[in-house]
Amino acid sequence: MAEQERYIIRAKDLQKKFGSFMAVDGISFHLVPGECLGLLGPNGAGKTSTIRMVYGFSPMSSGSLQVFGLDIRTKWRQIKSKIGVCQQENNLDPDLSVLQNLEVFARYFNIPRKEARDRALQLLKFIALENRKNEKVTSLSGGMMRRLVLARALINNPQLLILDEPTTGLDPQARHQVWERLELLQANGISILLTTHYMDEASRLCERLIIMDHGKILVEGKPADLIRTHAGDHVVEIINPGRDVKDFVDANDLLHDALNHRMIIYARETDGIFDRIGEQFCRETCIKRLATLEDVFLRLTGRELRE
Amino acid sequence: MNGSLQITNISWRFVRVWTRNMVVYRKIWLVNFLVPLLEPLLYLAAFGVGLSSLIGQVHYHGQELSYIVFIAPALLAVTMMYNSFFENTYASFVRMYFQKTFDAMMSTPLSLEDIITGEIVWGATKSVIATAIMLVVVSGFGLVYFPHGLLILPLSFLGGLAFGTVGMIFTGVVATIDMFNLPIFLFITPMFLFSGTFFPISALPGWAQKLSLALPLTHLVNLCRAFCLGELDAELTWNVVYITMMFALLFPAALLVMRRRLIN
Repeated sequence: MAEQERYIIRAKDLQKKFGSFMAVDGISFHLVPGECLGLLGPNGAGKTSTIRMVYGFSPMSSGSLQVFGLDIRTKWRQIKSKIGVCQQENNLDPDLSVLQNLEVFARYFNIPRKEARDRALQLLKFIALENRKNEKVTSLSGGMMRRLVLARALINNPQLLILDEPTTGLDPQARHQVWERLELLQANGISILLTTHYMDEASRLCERLIIMDHGKILVEGKPADLIRTHAGDHVVEIINPGRDVKDFVDANDLLHDALNHRMIIYARETDGIFDRIGEQFCRETCIKRLATLEDVFLRLTGRELRE
Repeated sequence: MNGSLQITNISWRFVRVWTRNMVVYRKIWLVNFLVPLLEPLLYLAAFGVGLSSLIGQVHYHGQELSYIVFIAPALLAVTMMYNSFFENTYASFVRMYFQKTFDAMMSTPLSLEDIITGEIVWGATKSVIATAIMLVVVSGFGLVYFPHGLLILPLSFLGGLAFGTVGMIFTGVVATIDMFNLPIFLFITPMFLFSGTFFPISALPGWAQKLSLALPLTHLVNLCRAFCLGELDAELTWNVVYITMMFALLFPAALLVMRRRLIN
């Protein structure tokens, strides 16, 4: 029982194999109540495979996985009744109206008809789509559809919300709309497991992040800590750096990435290193900025393209 | 684990999947009603009026039947087959593959087995609705003997389950929606023609008669004809057993191929 209260999700040595391909390679992680945990990683890192195991869509190959303290292999129906899922693909029901999408979905959870209607209307208000309730879902914009997917995931009053790239493909306005609603839900104590490609989304919503690649966890921690540890406080980017910059960096053993036409140097403000760089090397363009999660991400997962 | 049969995953929640399809069906109920309402009229006009003057009487089980009396029950049997088979092939495939409706359902407490069961029972329900409408039309021409003819309704459910299950197996294995042409050409169309539908199977050579008895539609046509003529005998039990066994044996196979397809 105590276990149940401490962890919403508890995964140990979780593995997912597709034939001989190891999609998730023995990862362990947990999620505590009220927390938002973000899974970051390039395409094919194993994020979606991981969360699909958590919501009982995809059976795990080995390891152990408990959700709400229950074993996903045996208690999947009980677990799924308390989870809300936004899958990556938009799978709203095009045969049904906006309102029916929520009502019919509620019935999959055995929510009584009357309550289903009430909750559906309430959620449409929450996502500001009550005026569109009788329209076909195909007439909605991308952002509206995404909000409706979110509302649908909330129909069963879930304790855990699982979001697979919730704002991919949305314009900035629509993304912020989704974020605002997620923040409201967080304030009400919902736990969230999220995958995303957007670093701003991860650092805005999540208390804790896991960066994965090739099915393994690379690092785990609070966004600010990850940045400090792996990219320092500040970054200076020097465009078309000369030989002298490279020598300077090597001589001072600075954390850096040398790209084709760009040198990125990571350091702490207190090191005084930026002043020296600014004085000596900024022939063309120098950009000094705060270190971001994207710096961490690219440093850890590399810059080459993924499929 | 993911590739094995999980029959215990079936719960009464499959009704929710059925209800979803019913909600969609009711939206365009008029169109859905129109086909079974008008289709028999077309057939009866073409075969009953057009062909029967050429054909005259048909010898069947030692009696002389007018051609229209002979084919009307077959039209009912074909309706059962078409409605369930097409629902659980094209329509189920669209929901599964293009609309990702099953994926969404699988993020709820529904199991894959609930979904497939709901789909097959829905296919059988469509068979019942279409058959019932058609039965009314055909009865209007005095081609059905009552009350025996009412047995056609439970039969349309059983037949719908059996043919829907066959359809679902194909849905579990085809790569693209166009590939349904193959089972239709190899399985549905031959049955439509050679199951004692438009001529008695006694007109076929001996080997072909045996082959025809292996076709499930033959058994459905037999039963429909007996019910419409009001001639019940013990031999009909075998026809019922055949169709029941067909469903009972193929249903686990349908669950299995769909699990292999969708759970990974």
